[in-house]
Amino acid sequence: MKDTVNENNPRKAWMGLLAKAPEGRVAALLDAEISRPAFTWLRAPEIGSTMVRARAGATGAPFNLGEMTITRCALTLETGEVGHSYIQGRRKADAEVAALVDALMQTGMANRLREAVLEPLEAGLATMKAARAAKAAATKVDFFTMTRGED
Amino acid sequence: MYVAVKGGERAIENAHAWLAEERRGNTDVAELSIAQIREQLSLAVNRVMAEGSLYDPDLAALAIKQARGDLIEAIFLIRAYRTTLPRFGASEPVDTGIMACDRRISATFKDLPGGQVLGPTFDYTHRLLDFKLAADGEVPKAPSRDAETGTVPHVTAFLNREGLIEEAPHDDTPPPDLTREPLEMPADRALRLQALTRADEGFTLGLAYSTQRGYGRNHAFVGELRIGSVPVEMDIPELGFAVEIGEVTLTECETVNQFTGSKTELPQFTRGYGLVFGQTERKAISMALVDRALRWEELGEDNVGAPAQDAEFVLYHADNIQATGFLEHIKLPHYVDFQSELELVRKLRREAGAQQVQEAAE
Repeated sequence: MKDTVNENNPRKAWMGLLAKAPEGRVAALLDAEISRPAFTWLRAPEIGSTMVRARAGATGAPFNLGEMTITRCALTLETGEVGHSYIQGRRKADAEVAALVDALMQTGMANRLREAVLEPLEAGLATMKAARAAKAAATKVDFFTMTRGED
Repeated sequence: MYVAVKGGERAIENAHAWLAEERRGNTDVAELSIAQIREQLSLAVNRVMAEGSLYDPDLAALAIKQARGDLIEAIFLIRAYRTTLPRFGASEPVDTGIMACDRRISATFKDLPGGQVLGPTFDYTHRLLDFKLAADGEVPKAPSRDAETGTVPHVTAFLNREGLIEEAPHDDTPPPDLTREPLEMPADRALRLQALTRADEGFTLGLAYSTQRGYGRNHAFVGELRIGSVPVEMDIPELGFAVEIGEVTLTECETVNQFTGSKTELPQFTRGYGLVFGQTERKAISMALVDRALRWEELGEDNVGAPAQDAEFVLYHADNIQATGFLEHIKLPHYVDFQSELELVRKLRREAGAQQVQEAAE
């Protein structure tokens, strides 16, 4: 079991990245790099939900927190690679392009797409996260700067 | 006798047309967009997501617009939409320990790893109306500062290390789901937490407040309150492994409560837990207090008869959609029901009247 997880780590990472990309961003990056190859649907994009779970006391027994909307689809390239996507929200076009990139990442185009699509996505998300973290850091209380009046 | 009645179609159609017009309001004023509601009324959006029990900010914003700002009506719309969605599965339990925190405070420790991060809070505002907002104004950019990398540890983890607080041991029991099975008593903690996280904010707040005022007091401190985003991972059956499908913003409140102990067990703090979709801290704190009050039995406390200790009372009245559904249905036609009551009262009065006449005659 451990091995299959490790073997799938890169795929797990890019699928997560594609799911978290802002609306339309993957399409813009992919279409700027290549013209989309032909594919057939294994499962056309469909909208549904997943039940988000959490743990009592953060670490204890799981409970159902509430659902979130998701869109999923699956497709096959003419060369046989299968791409899947499960992404947050109701975004059929984004689900399609995410599945397409997932399939293409299993082909000889992997390195090219890593550079043209995944790396810019990753950088974009990191910038957004860092900007938020920096604003949070600016609201951190500095108790240590108080003088103690011991002198 | 059942009497079928028809009518009112035109009145209903016209009422809907007028509703649409009133919803729009004065057309000289620009129309609200969904994006404006999502971005600028985000705490209303958060509440609708939490109590609608569906995380989708655009849908919640649409519901608020459609409901003319009536949040319970908006929650109703979200609940109704939710039932139309096929469920693709359940996520792995989210790990709030890796939350990217916008806010993280503790009322129990001043200096703690990760620090006191205030975030975008109302707490220290003066609650004076800001008339600058009535005019179009540019907002100054929020300052930033280099952030520490890495995750922020939970406060309870420090106390756990000393054994001063009860543990929340890892467990993988599949949780019951009140959206699939009717809520029945006795409700275990997983079911109670699901009911509380989608419960009406006002009802939960009122109950939590009642515990503070003495109705089932449990001396809560906010050990930690954190708001931020966590990744959601879901097992993909076709692939046989879990992937991140997105991120949700959550508010988590862990309370540190009065201790229990006995001759055999050393005194130890107990815990209450609140976790709610969105930036919803009043609700999360309330949830933690009510969760703690409902745990009286498993912690070996006395039932003092406080409303917040009564799981049946709390859980069966906390859902605002159930409550409003039953409450508001009494304004719909009850002509036949009422007719029978009317007949009964008339009959009783006739009988009583006849008796009086008879007594007077005697």
